[in-house]
Amino acid sequence: MGVGINVEHLDAWFGKTQSLHDISMMIQANHATAIIGPSGCGKSTFVRCLNRMHETIPEARVSGRVRMGDLDVYNGTAAVQIRRRIGMVFQKPNPFPTMSIYDNVAAGLKLNGFHDRRRLDEIVERSLKVSALWDEVKDNLRKKSGASLSGGQQQRLCIARALAVEPQVLLMDEPCSALDPISTGKIEELIFQLKENFTIVIVTHNMQQASRVAEFTGFFLMGRLVEFDKTEKIFTTPSDKRTEDYITGRFG
Amino acid sequence: MSGPQPVAQSEVIAGARSQSEPLIKAGSGYLSDSLFEIAMLACGVCVLGLVALIIYELARGSTLSWHAFGWKFFFRSDWDPVNEQFGAWAFVYGTLVSSLVALVLAVPLALGVAIFITEMCPAWLKGPLAFTTELLAAIPSVIYGLWAIFVLVPILRQYLEPFLGKYFGWTGLFEGTPYGIGMLAAGIILAIMVIPIISSITREVMTAVSQQQREAVLALGATRWEMIRTGVLRNARAGILGAIILGLGRALGETMAVTMVIGNRPEIARSLFAPGYTMASVIANEFSEATGNTYLSALIEIGLALFLVTIIVNILAQVLVWSVTRGMPARGHA
Amino acid sequence: MPSPNNSDLTRVGLWRRGKDVLATIGAAGAVVLVLVPLIAIFGYLVYKGIGSLNWAFLTETPKPVGEPGGGMANAIAGSCLILLIASCLGVPIGIGAGIYLAEYGRNRFGDLIRFTADVLNGVPSIVIGIVAYGIVVLAQGHFSALAGGVALGIMMIPTITRATEEMLLLVPQTIREAAYGLGVARWRTTLSITLRTASSGVITGVMLAFARVAGETAPLLFTAFGNQYWNWKINQPTAALSLQVFTYAISPFDEWHRQAWAGALILIILIVVAVSAVRVAASHGMLKGTS
Repeated sequence: MGVGINVEHLDAWFGKTQSLHDISMMIQANHATAIIGPSGCGKSTFVRCLNRMHETIPEARVSGRVRMGDLDVYNGTAAVQIRRRIGMVFQKPNPFPTMSIYDNVAAGLKLNGFHDRRRLDEIVERSLKVSALWDEVKDNLRKKSGASLSGGQQQRLCIARALAVEPQVLLMDEPCSALDPISTGKIEELIFQLKENFTIVIVTHNMQQASRVAEFTGFFLMGRLVEFDKTEKIFTTPSDKRTEDYITGRFG
Repeated sequence: MSGPQPVAQSEVIAGARSQSEPLIKAGSGYLSDSLFEIAMLACGVCVLGLVALIIYELARGSTLSWHAFGWKFFFRSDWDPVNEQFGAWAFVYGTLVSSLVALVLAVPLALGVAIFITEMCPAWLKGPLAFTTELLAAIPSVIYGLWAIFVLVPILRQYLEPFLGKYFGWTGLFEGTPYGIGMLAAGIILAIMVIPIISSITREVMTAVSQQQREAVLALGATRWEMIRTGVLRNARAGILGAIILGLGRALGETMAVTMVIGNRPEIARSLFAPGYTMASVIANEFSEATGNTYLSALIEIGLALFLVTIIVNILAQVLVWSVTRGMPARGHA
Repeated sequence: MPSPNNSDLTRVGLWRRGKDVLATIGAAGAVVLVLVPLIAIFGYLVYKGIGSLNWAFLTETPKPVGEPGGGMANAIAGSCLILLIASCLGVPIGIGAGIYLAEYGRNRFGDLIRFTADVLNGVPSIVIGIVAYGIVVLAQGHFSALAGGVALGIMMIPTITRATEEMLLLVPQTIREAAYGLGVARWRTTLSITLRTASSGVITGVMLAFARVAGETAPLLFTAFGNQYWNWKINQPTAALSLQVFTYAISPFDEWHRQAWAGALILIILIVVAVSAVRVAASHGMLKGTS
């Protein structure tokens, strides 16, 4: 089952520039939370702070507290261990180009020392089924490379890869922005189903997408969390004028 | 497509979440990460260490000779192993002259080739031509030498040198018996060897000049040659100079081919027909047979001088080339 | 009568166009002149060497001076031994330094290493020979294949380092991030993902370095030194193909001259194969790896 994430007074810097200011937020377990806002507002940075990807950039810094269930994400647990519990899907699909479909899905497990062949086969099949890619690739698992699939298929492969390590939370950073509408639809459908068993945080610049898939939405502007509430409320009766301006298209 | 799938999906997903403990029990990776970084750092430091080692070894080996002969070592020309008197001027002279001859011959040709490939050549020919010039660079020095001994030298001896002696002997450069073997042969084979490097760096530098520069000149009604001269060559000037100096660096250190055709006599003569000796050649020929510590030390000192000179020349060349290929903003945009 | 302006323009035009044509002819002429020695060298190698390339040549050792026949088998084997030692030294250090520069060295210290690698690249090979003599031959008291291998290995390092760094930098950051996102440790990501993605380019760099040192003679003159007989021990003087070609070429014997051409032909075939393989690999292998 998914767990919730509790963010308390999170600040983030790139060198001397502060890109996130005092973000506090409760991300509900087993629900999808959308993060919206104009370009450069810190949406991606925020999400990358949740699984400690932000710190892979040199001169990046974080302060504040992030708790995932019982775990303190920043204190007391190694970054790699956090990242095995929180999966990530990126904006542009990034399957490993030198690996087959099978190896791509199994990568998170194999590279972390898990080598039980039979169980790997099971997990790969299950993950591909869950991401609705199994039927399309089941005959070519080891022969085709991950990079030879179409854009939408690649992204579903990346989702399968992320799910194979059995995370509790799945972070998605604009997962559909590089895809065509049909693939986007398939992935949104997937998110619906994944919600039951995972906690999902999805960054999106597409407000319709947010209202379709997420129960909660947070609106970011210039590194600050302006408003966080049920999606329905954000999009019909937002409390903050800035939110209203954004969703009505006055900027962004 | 959706349809029967949704039901099957949630069953599958429920199965997926049956475990609450993480699948992977591997550790934090801190230790392995640190060890790995240290190992890679060690490799990087090896590079630094190697250059330090080279300097150390050369300096250590030269001390004997340095104490015996001092600075004047490079300006005396008596090389007398029997009486343990060593002066390297003949080799310095030979190195400089052979390299100079090489550059005089190589630079116009290398530039011509570079200009042709970059600016004048039809697209389908570019790849093969570039590959062929690279192939010239891949030929080992000893093979150049082999060919030079058996093909170039006879041609020089029978045709070219008599011709030069007859019509240009008045310059003083082409006097004496045409043996074939000698400074001219060394200069010619060196020229062939440095053409590829001068040419390929020049090509790199010319390609780095932005298309806008070329178009700006063409738009003023220039012919193609004028565009090349003012739009490309002028902007790439520093880099081309750098390419030439890199060629010089290569020529200074070249050993085998030169040794095989220069005659290996520590003489200083004005005529290019005369045999000579270069710094690299004397080391190649006499190192393994050097009797006596001073003899060996003198050779190592020559090696040290060669090392220092090539380093300075190469650094100068790199700086010049970088000034064109990296970070230099295009001047004069519209 | 044409107006003065027109004829002025035409005249200037003709002269300028004339220069343009001359320049083109000059440049094309340079190309032809440069191609002549290339064709001549390859032509001669084949013409003079092919006749002597036979089974005996490839399997026998040199005969005593003056006797016809014999071959360069021991030199070919010796070159293999020396190059093997060189690769064991040069490849790991070169790739390691390249990894350091690409993944950890985007800073001033890394710049220092890059600069030093370029300096090392420009050191004349005979000087490297002197250094290898000092640290191996003097220490052991005799010439050896090991000393030759050390000299050539040192020469391989800068080429491999720069090629590895370049290829690793071509791997998009998002591929690394995909691995980090899965909780894979950084060292594992670098080896199993980044290096693997760049592998065909790195192999290209290694082969180029290999081809470059395979033909080197100068640094072997007083390290490996040469040997008339078979030698498989790394601590003994060893024959090498390039050394043998040199020794035979400068000798006064026609028989040895003939064999020198054959040996040179073998050497150049090996090098051309390596360089061409590199080109072929570069045009599809590398691109496939980083798409």
